[in-house]
This record gives sequence, C-alpha cells and structure tokens, in this order.
Amino acid sequence: MSATTLARPRQPNPVLGFIRAQPLGAAGLLVILIMATAAILAEKIAPYDPEAIDFIAMLTAPSMEHPFGTDAFGRDILTRIIYGARTALTIGFLSSFIGCTAGGLLGIASAYFGGRADMIIQRFVDIVLSFPIVVLALVVVAVLGKAAVLGVDMNLVAAIAIPIVPRSCRVVRAAALSVRAMPYIDAARAGGYSSLHIILRHMAPNVLAPYLILLTAYIAQAILLEASLSFLGLGVSEPKPAWGLMLAGDSSNFYQEAPWMILFPGLAISLAVFAFNLFGDSLRDWLDPKFRA
Amino acid sequence: MLRYAARRIALMVPTLLGVALLTFVMLRIVPGDVVEVKLRADGGYVTQEIIQRERARLGLDKPLPVQFLDWMRGLVTLDLGNSMWTGRPVAEEIGTRIGLTIQVALMAAIISVLIAIPLGTISALFRDTWIDYVVRIFTIAGLAVPSFWLGMLTLLLLLTVFHWSPPVTYTPFFESPLQNMSQLIWPALAVGYRYAAVVARMVRSSIIEVMREDYIRTARAKGVFERLVVSRHAMRNALLPAVTVVGLEFAFLIGGLVVTEQVFNLNGIGRLFVEAVSRNDFMLIQALVMLLAVVFVTMNLLVDMLYGVLDPRVRHG
Amino acid sequence: MVEEFSGVSRRTLLALPGLTFSGAALAQSTAAEAPQRGGILTYAVAAEPPTYDLHQTGTFAVMHRSAPHYSTLLCYEPGNYPNIIGDVAESWTEAPDKLTYTFRLRPNVRFHDGTILTSEDIRASYARMIAPPPGVTSNRQPAFSQIAAIETPDPLTAVFKMKKVDASIMDTFASPWNSIYSAARLQQDANFPARNIMGTGPFRFVEHVAGSHWVGQRFDGYFREGKPYLDGFRAITMSPSAMVNALSGRQILAEFRGFTPNERDRITRALGRDAQTYDSSWMLHLLISYNNEKPPFNDVRVRRAVSLAIDRWGGSTNLARISQLGPVGGMVRPGSEWSATPQEMERWPGYGRDMAANRAEARRLLREAGQENLSFTLMNRNIQPYVTAGVFVIDQWRQIGIRVEHQQVELAAWYANQGSGGFEVMIDSFTQFSDDPTNVLVKYISMDRAEVATARATDRELDRLFDAQAEERDKTRRKQLVREFETRAMEQAHLVPLLWWQRIVVMNARVRGWSMSPTHMIYQDLPDVWLAPERS
Repeated sequence: MSATTLARPRQPNPVLGFIRAQPLGAAGLLVILIMATAAILAEKIAPYDPEAIDFIAMLTAPSMEHPFGTDAFGRDILTRIIYGARTALTIGFLSSFIGCTAGGLLGIASAYFGGRADMIIQRFVDIVLSFPIVVLALVVVAVLGKAAVLGVDMNLVAAIAIPIVPRSCRVVRAAALSVRAMPYIDAARAGGYSSLHIILRHMAPNVLAPYLILLTAYIAQAILLEASLSFLGLGVSEPKPAWGLMLAGDSSNFYQEAPWMILFPGLAISLAVFAFNLFGDSLRDWLDPKFRA
Repeated sequence: MLRYAARRIALMVPTLLGVALLTFVMLRIVPGDVVEVKLRADGGYVTQEIIQRERARLGLDKPLPVQFLDWMRGLVTLDLGNSMWTGRPVAEEIGTRIGLTIQVALMAAIISVLIAIPLGTISALFRDTWIDYVVRIFTIAGLAVPSFWLGMLTLLLLLTVFHWSPPVTYTPFFESPLQNMSQLIWPALAVGYRYAAVVARMVRSSIIEVMREDYIRTARAKGVFERLVVSRHAMRNALLPAVTVVGLEFAFLIGGLVVTEQVFNLNGIGRLFVEAVSRNDFMLIQALVMLLAVVFVTMNLLVDMLYGVLDPRVRHG
Repeated sequence: MVEEFSGVSRRTLLALPGLTFSGAALAQSTAAEAPQRGGILTYAVAAEPPTYDLHQTGTFAVMHRSAPHYSTLLCYEPGNYPNIIGDVAESWTEAPDKLTYTFRLRPNVRFHDGTILTSEDIRASYARMIAPPPGVTSNRQPAFSQIAAIETPDPLTAVFKMKKVDASIMDTFASPWNSIYSAARLQQDANFPARNIMGTGPFRFVEHVAGSHWVGQRFDGYFREGKPYLDGFRAITMSPSAMVNALSGRQILAEFRGFTPNERDRITRALGRDAQTYDSSWMLHLLISYNNEKPPFNDVRVRRAVSLAIDRWGGSTNLARISQLGPVGGMVRPGSEWSATPQEMERWPGYGRDMAANRAEARRLLREAGQENLSFTLMNRNIQPYVTAGVFVIDQWRQIGIRVEHQQVELAAWYANQGSGGFEVMIDSFTQFSDDPTNVLVKYISMDRAEVATARATDRELDRLFDAQAEERDKTRRKQLVREFETRAMEQAHLVPLLWWQRIVVMNARVRGWSMSPTHMIYQDLPDVWLAPERS
C-alpha cells in the first residue's frame, strides 16, 4: 500500500502529487490549459479575423495559409476554432458554475433544514430531472429567446445551467447529509450562529470536493450541450464563432466537398470535452478516497 | 415491496403534475404562436382579424387557467388533444413516429450492453495497466464525441468510401428487416457509442468496488480461479449499477435522439419535437414533454424495483 | 362590344429571360418524344402540410401534395409561363369596362366521387375564399376584395362582377391556390377540405402518413383526354440534405422547390447524364426591413446609408455560389415583364456599382444624421439562406463601422416581433405566385394598408402610386407607374430589397413533361408529367 501514501493530497506539492498519481488527468489539465490560453490570447494567436468574409478564399482546402481550410464565406477555420474556444469555455464554465453553485447551495440547504423544506426542494428536483436535458434546454432557449450580455448569450447559459441544478443538488445533498450529522454543526447551532453562517462557513467547505468534481464534469457536459443547441440553430448565432455552429447550416450543405469544415470543429469539441472528462475523472479518483488504490 | 411500489407511484403524480404545469407556463411565455406561422408561412397574406379567428378556433384566446384545465382534463381521460399545426390528434402524430425512435433506442441499448460489459470488466480486471488506460480513453472519448458529429462522419464515410447512402424512407422492420436495418443501424451506432461508454464506466467502477469486498477476498484466498470469481460473484453484484445506468440512460437517449434524428433524417419523435418547438405547436410540445417525463419516471421506478429484486441487501421498507 | 378569347388570353407570349434548361433536359425536350403512360413519380417535399386545404394556407408543403388532386378556374399554360389558359373553364369573356368576367365551363369535368362540376361549385369555392364561414380562414382574402358578386345563370356559366377594375384579377383566377371544391361537400362541412381530399384534379387521394409520405393515384375520369400519364405519385417528406442523397441514390426521382448550386452539383455528379437541371429567377426575395417607428430608423438618411453599404452586385455573384440567393433586383422580379433594367436599377441608392462611392456616401449620411457609431440588432430567421444573407450583410455593415448583433429567432417569434414592432432591423422575405405588380408591391406600402408591410411606415405617396397602377388598364402606363413607385420606395427606403432567389430544380432525367417557372407554386398538378423508361 505504498502507492496510497504517495497519492495523499496532503503531500507538500499537491499539483506534483496529482500529476504523479493521475497522469491521464494531468494530460487533460494540460489540454484545458492550452485551450484556455488560446481563448484568452485569441487576438494574438489567430492568423485571421474570425468574422471577416473573403469570397476569394471560399472553401479552400487545408494549406499553408489556412491550415484547417476555409468555410463557405472564406473564413479561416483555424481562426474560428481558436475564437470558438473562447465561446465554448466561457459558456461551458459559466453555465456549469451557475448550475453547480445554485444546485449545491440548494442541496446544502435541503440537507441542513431537512423536513418540509427538504421535501419541497426534492420534489422540485424530481420535476426538473424528469425533463430530458436537451428537451429542457430546447424549451428554455425557445422561451427566453436570445439575449447577449457582454457578448455572452446569457439565455443560452441559463438554458444549459437549469438542467445542471437538480443533478448537482442531489449529489451535494447526499454529501451534506453526512456533514450535517457531525457534532460540530450542532455545536455551531447551539452557539447561536445563523443558519446562513453555518451553511456557508461550516457546511459548504466540507462539500467542496464533490462540488469541484461536479463542476469539471458539467463543464464537459455544458460544452457538449452548447454544441448540440448551436447545431440545432438554437445556440450561438452566426457570425460569432462557435464549434457547434460550425457543424450546422452551411457545413451540412458542404461537408462532402469540404470535409474539413466538419472535421476540425468536431475534433475541437471532442478534444475539449475529452480533456474535461479526463481531468474530472482523475480529480474524482484523487479526491475520493473510495476510489484510491 | 408492493407498498413501496404503491408509494413510489403515488409520488409520481405530483412530479408529473409539476412537469405539466412548468411546461405549460414556459410555453405561454414564448412570444408568438402557431397561428401566424401557419397562416403567414411562405408569404401568406392575412389580416389580423383572420389570425384572431384562427386563434379562437384553437382555443388560444381563452384565459390561461381555463386552457390548462382543459388540457389536464384531456390528460386524465388520455386525450392529448389535437396538434395545432396539422389538426390531427396528437396521439396519432406521436403514434406514427414513436416506433422508429424506440427501435433506434433499443438497438443502441443492445449495442451498448454488448460492448460495455466485456469492456468494463476487462478494464477493471486489468486495472492501472495499459489495457485499462486504453479502455478508459476509449470510453471517455465516447462521452466526448458529439453523437451528431459521429453521425455526420459516418454518413460522409459511407458516401466517400462506399459510394452508398442509407435509405431515406423508413421501412418497418417486419416489412423488410434488411431495408430497415440498413437505415437505422447507423444512428443506433452513433448514439450507441456514447451509451456504451457510460455503461462501461459504470461496470468498471462497480466491479472494482465489488472486488474489494470481503467475500471475494475469501474466494480468492481459497484459490479459486480468478476468472471464475469474477464471473460468479463479482459479476452478479457489479451488474446492478450497470442495470441502473442502462435503464436511466435509455430514458435520456430518447431525448438525446433529438439531434441525431436531425442528422439522419429520421421521422422519429425527436424530429417531431424540434419541429413542434419551431412552430410553437403547444399541444404537441406539451404532450411530448409529458411522454418523455413519464418514460423517465417509469424507468426510474423500474430500475429501483429491479434493484430490490436482484439485490437482497436492498430492502424497500 | 365584348372581346372574345377562346382558351388563350390576350397576353403576349412572353419569352422567359433568365430561364434556362440544361443538360439532358434540353436534348430531350427538342426530341419531342411521345409521352408514355404508367409509372409512379416519387418526389420529395421538405415540410409537413399543416392542412390539406389550399384556401387556408400559403405553404408549398400543401401545394406540392394537394395540387395534383385539384383544378382551378384558369391556369398558367404549361411550358409557356405566364400565358393563361382555361383549366375547368373552356373559354371566357372580359367586358370592355373590365367589370364583368364570364366563364364557360367544360361540360365533362368530374369530381373524384363521380359528380359533375357545375358553376355552383365555382361560386361556393370562391365565396368560401371571399367570405370564409366560421371555422375557416382564407389565406389571401385581400386578393378578392374587388369581386362584388358571383352569378350562376346556368350550370356551365359563372359570372364574376367587379366593384372596381383590378388589373391583377386574371392572376387571381389562375392562382393555383384557388382550387375548386365540391359545393355539396362544403355544404355539409365548410371545413371538409382541411382534412379530406376530393377534387377534379388528375389524381385521386390514396393516403397520407404523417411525417412520411403522401400517395395519389391516377383519376380515370380526369377531364383532359388521355391524361394524366402517370399511374400515381408518392410525395415523401424529407429534409433538404436527405433529398440530395435520395436523388443521388435514385431513391426518388424529383424535387420541385429548388436546391443550392452546390447541392445541384452534387446530384448531377452522382447521376451523370441521368440528371436534368432547370434554372430560373424566383418570385422570392429577401429584404432589409427597418422598423420605421424606432429611432434612428425614422430618419431616411440612416435607412438609406444602411442600404448603401451593401454591395448587392458583389453579393449576388458570390452568394450565388454558396446559396439560393442570386439576382439583383428591385421590387418586382428581375427578368419579369415589369422589372426595371439593370441600367435603371443602378440609379437607385444602394444599386450603384461603385462601392467605394456608395460607402463614402453612406458614411456621410450617417455623419449628417449624427449616427457615426450606429449599432443595432438584426432580427433574422435561423434557416438558410437567411443566415447566409445575415452573415453577409453584417460583414458589409462592419466595413463602414456599423456594429450589428445578429438575433436569430424561430419562425413564431419572428412573426410575433414583426407584429408588435419588437425589432430594429430584420431580414424579411416576400413571395407571390405571380409577377403582377399589385401582388408584389403591396409589401412596400403603408402599414395600415397591408399586413405584410413590416416596415411600419406610412407613405401616402407610395399608396397613391400603388392604387394608380392597380387600376391602370394600359400596360405601358402601368409599367411607368411601377417605375415611379420603385424609385420613390428606394429613395425613402422604408424597406429595401436585398437579393432575389435563384430557383434551381434538379431531377432525374426520366421525369418528362414538367414545366419550370419562376414560382414553385404552379404546374404542380402534374397532368402532363410522364416517366421515360430507365436507361439500361
């Protein structure tokens, strides 16, 4: 059982420890970091303007000038994938963060208060859970329409975050129930602390591990869902660069003549989701003692 | 057991009622309704008066609570109303399309179980070796690859390499199994990959967990051949969570086919749903959401009951 | 004195500029083979029909399925658009004051249930469209506004009395939408045609499986001797991308609405010499519609600047390679008898060929209006070629510093926002089944005059020109009025044409006898279509 001692998160450098214990997860993290860098520095890295039409370069195959080829408007696909990383990561992170945080807080509250409050929250969770994810998102987008705040489609974020809420609520509630049973929670209550204080100060930190696992897992889900919605024409709007959108519309029309139009954006989606899943998986193995060897 | 089932079924009612109410309210917030889409499409030249008249005919001018009660009354008597787009009964609209969707979902489920169980088991047995890594990468990739993209690639491959494309019209299985399969196997494979990945991961982790349990250790100590241990003891217990996942994912799959049916031009309920949403055909959307919700809660219930039957440790009080 | 026409209208036989046939089609049509009987025509339709009733809808999804089951009073002559001939009418007369039209019906027209068609069926069908009974809607009611009364002096004579001269009335009589229903059936149930098919057309109805297919079978009692040639037809519902594969894989024989150039190439590549293609400008155009009630679009300088910034000629050339968008045109279809010439167009704002000058002028106008930093939301639909057009104009506007947010909405929301004025600028479209100026210019008049005038503007001068041309009996003078209307509308730019669509029909060369036209709504009753044997 010597591996167990090596993998302990308490060791001097947790990052190094993670890399050593979870090489696959570390690889995932590396891909995520590269994508994030590309997204942040898109203006510096991308060879072209993502929205500029260039009819002369219409539908050119991958070449030195356009490594991933161009689309029907002559826009550089590599450039649009780099900018698309920005869309994917922003929407993926925001919706997962909002969904997991709202769900997490609901879950803790549900566990903390118990009784009637718990029952009401759980019934609500049941209701939202009964909608298939894509269907719920589809309806929410149709209901909210599209509105952008600071260049981010907040309604799209909401549509993706809502299905995440009940799922993270379930998981966090289960974890919070065991924390709730700890004697120091009763002690805190006896000490006259407010419920809000206890929830935020004592319970929340103790469910951080499942929360972080959920957050990474749902970023992956959110990126995938955003791609599906954009593909159906309900997500991000042209001419904004987004991976799912690059597979829709014109691409479905041209993909036989210009397979690069669907090949690279699809790979980008897969790689991003793959990286987050890999990282999330390893994070779970690493944080959850049950899965440790 | 029976009492447990009865209690669970009773709990389904408020959940489904909540789904109904939520769906109903959400749809009415959407600007616009089916009438204008229907009358003005392709440059129809209609006055507001005509639009109002059609609205009245469809009952869209009634107060919302009345509309909701009308719908509820219909649901109780299993009358789903008429599609606001075609005027045909919703049950008929869904009925003609659901067979295809269920067939694809079933095929995907079978494919996934056939792939997932051996793969998950091998991965668990050879844990932390290169075999496990390969399987894990394969399964995590399954979760990552969008099934609609996989579908597009499949079609592209068939067309460029084999100069063949699947038939575009649906033939019922019993009419011509070959014709039927040559159309539906591709979408089943495209969504089956993801499905298989989910199940395989569950199989892997539950076998790992079961292997740690004491009775397996004992069996091992007694020198029983390891594979036998796995097949006899571990498999039975490890399959439980897998059953759960197969069941729950099945309910999700029907919803998930929404995008894939689009790619493969399948006349299933997924495409019907997308069309209904784009036309604001409230009655049809409502019915489809309810249908999927019922499938979901029923699947949940069945999975839990099955758990009780298969695993004597789980006792439903 | 009454002018007499025997089956043929007085319209000059118009050549169809821009209408070309290519490949196998040309060779075959010149060969003039004798039509062969038999066979089932399989074709694709992209959408499901909301109803079976042509009176109550405007979508091709109904036309491409219901048309083969019905007849109309008059119709467009196959292969000779836009000449009008009789359908169930044998002959007709027009009074010199153009206030009375008398139709003589063919004596041998039978409904599918065996009953004989009479003038009462004509009267009942038109009455239903002019004043729909409760529970029935009439999709083109305003088109009949000048009809005062319909009289039926005997079973084979129908007389239409007009309130005022209506220069577009012949197109109304020939409209494919104005199908003739059985008066007896309408009497029993005014909504009978919405869910049942019973007409006098060349095919009788067999079945419709929702989302899948629609089947028709030859009607042996059809009034045109020896027709139809086909044994039947099967219309299959499928998405446009599936159609391409289905046509390429010979799973279907035709599709009648139209493809993109790229789809055409793919199909013709797959079918080789078994492909035939038809090309024509289309009675369908995209427009930029400004919400004239919302500042700054109440300022003509802003509207004109936004239009000036669009390179229509360049867009036409390039977008025609990747979408169904094509010709540059005014408010009437380019290539039609009413259209302005390219030279006349170039004088309109936004149609000049010197884009540098156009953009400079646009910038100047914006500066003058105090809108150098103009930014707005463009409402658009989320289907092709709307999206393509949206991406194109946004890029055009960006070149003069206008920032645009692209808001793509579902059809229902699109109409709702149009109706409530909940938009700033939108990409709109307009289609009609005929080129008659009254039918098409209605899009550009004041909002209180027409539901389709989405720009929410009021311009009485345009209304006056519109009314003047609608009542003008002399064609040359009417043409002049149309020019004046267009010039005024372009200068005011309440809403402006963007590009017209190009109709590209591709089918298997086995399909013969079908007529191409600038609208996908006519010639769909298919009596003349026949199938050549498969090439060995």
